[in-house]
Amino acid sequence: MIKEDFFIDYSRCIGCEACVQACGECDTHRGVSMIHLETIERRDSVQTAPQICMHCEDPICAQVCPADAIKKTPDGVVQSSLKPRCIGCSNCVMSCPFGVPKYQIDIDQMMKCDMCYDRTSVGKKPMCATVCPSGALTFTTMQEIQRTRQGVPVNEWKFGAEVVHTKVYVMVPPEVTHVDIGLIQIQTTAAALPSDPYDVALMLEN
Amino acid sequence: MNNIDKRELARAIGSDTARATTWGLLATVALIGGIFIGSRGLRDFDPALVSYAGATLFAAFGLAYRFSMWLRRPPTRLYWYRGWQIFTTPGRLGKNVAHLFQIFISNFVFQRFIERRSHMRWTAHWFLAWGCLLAGAITFPLSFGWIHFETERTSQEIYRAFLFGIPVGQFPIHSIMAELAFNALDIAAVMVLIGVFTALWRRGRDHGAMAVQQFADDLMPLILLFAICVTGLFLTASTHLMHGLHYTFLSQLHAITVIVTLVYLPFGKFFHIFQRPAQLGVDFYKQAGKEGEQAVCIRCGTEYASRMQMDDLKQVQAALHIHYQLVNGSHYQDVCPKCRRKNLALTQDNMWKALQVKGEGF
Repeated sequence: MIKEDFFIDYSRCIGCEACVQACGECDTHRGVSMIHLETIERRDSVQTAPQICMHCEDPICAQVCPADAIKKTPDGVVQSSLKPRCIGCSNCVMSCPFGVPKYQIDIDQMMKCDMCYDRTSVGKKPMCATVCPSGALTFTTMQEIQRTRQGVPVNEWKFGAEVVHTKVYVMVPPEVTHVDIGLIQIQTTAAALPSDPYDVALMLEN
Repeated sequence: MNNIDKRELARAIGSDTARATTWGLLATVALIGGIFIGSRGLRDFDPALVSYAGATLFAAFGLAYRFSMWLRRPPTRLYWYRGWQIFTTPGRLGKNVAHLFQIFISNFVFQRFIERRSHMRWTAHWFLAWGCLLAGAITFPLSFGWIHFETERTSQEIYRAFLFGIPVGQFPIHSIMAELAFNALDIAAVMVLIGVFTALWRRGRDHGAMAVQQFADDLMPLILLFAICVTGLFLTASTHLMHGLHYTFLSQLHAITVIVTLVYLPFGKFFHIFQRPAQLGVDFYKQAGKEGEQAVCIRCGTEYASRMQMDDLKQVQAALHIHYQLVNGSHYQDVCPKCRRKNLALTQDNMWKALQVKGEGF
């Protein structure tokens, strides 16, 4: 089987939500979309960004889980919480550096992107990458991504002093070796803005 | 990992293992004491069931050992401590006990939280759980010599039940009560088999379950339960339908299936039976969190979780050597998940912008 990897390029996202719809088709969480699609600064920009699970080598979500309910497959995919164990505490939701896990209040359980394990475990592409029209989410070989993109893929992240390595790559400018996350403050926060019942941007933001 | 870290880790593992072994031995000794006292100095102990009692002692050691190791994990330890602290808070205790009773009925008796996941999963789990609990409630006290039955000295038609050597009831051997008592394990076996077949049906048809299930974790427990039930029902069939044909062999076969399951109990999926009640503590933790101060995201200024949980997480992260302190002195834990996601895209943006400023943009 040809080795394919997942590459994410936020700057290519056009906000079409095809990934959101397709994600709900995944058999391991049928009907529930696990992908996040964020509007970055709705008032000033049309920028959007998708977020899938980055599948950390040493997942912080699993480390902080009191029930030891989050496991990684031998091929490096971090799975949704084990149903018999998850106690719905949301430690994983709050600790994930990428803000990925979702707490499903109706079933009192954490669920997350599992890279469409029903598909990727048998050599198919994940749903979101299959339908993404702009290449923001791409599942292909390293050679192909290097041949077709201007940036380079990296999978090392720094959150303060914490270094995280992920199975999923992000596209960054050439010569960048890792992504150093500093807190980029927004100009206007929803909380700081005066309330305006007709502000459509704010409604969409929420 | 440097040499000092390795030594610290080795010391921590050594101390955790010693502690867990101590708890395991204590649980085993306590159970031996319980068997000795409960069977009135082994007077009521049935030697034919000694292999079951022996396997249960091993299971007790394994369960206590694993439970202790589980509690040594920093997040588990903190939740355990906080759960009890909140539950026993003076002024809340009465309300908490009432709430505990309520969630016990909902989560344990009716298992509503599983029903919300899927009706088929709930059907399988409810029959498996209550079938196993019924069987356990009979076989453990029987094999420990805590309960035993005798015929009335003056009449072979009357059966008497004893608990810890104290007579607790009697019934005629041709009554409905007798039928229920003599066939309770068969009823339990049928309940478990309904659960096993429903679970196998679901696991054989649900593509999602098929993708993530593993033989050792998900199918092995069902196979073991199936083996116990079928060999147990064979004993009844041998007695009533086949004039005791191969009864000795079948009883040994049944004993082997039960012993293997008891030995497997602490290590496999069945451990969740003992782990799961922790969920009750989390319920109180969440409630206290909702009522207390809320954490405000340092980026967007909105409330996103309880302050107590965020402070506890920082403690847990420190114990796990997760270093989320940012260069500007703030803490990444104080950023809400939504802002974390937005921040990732903006960080990538900034990298490309920096390249443009240098005049190397594409």
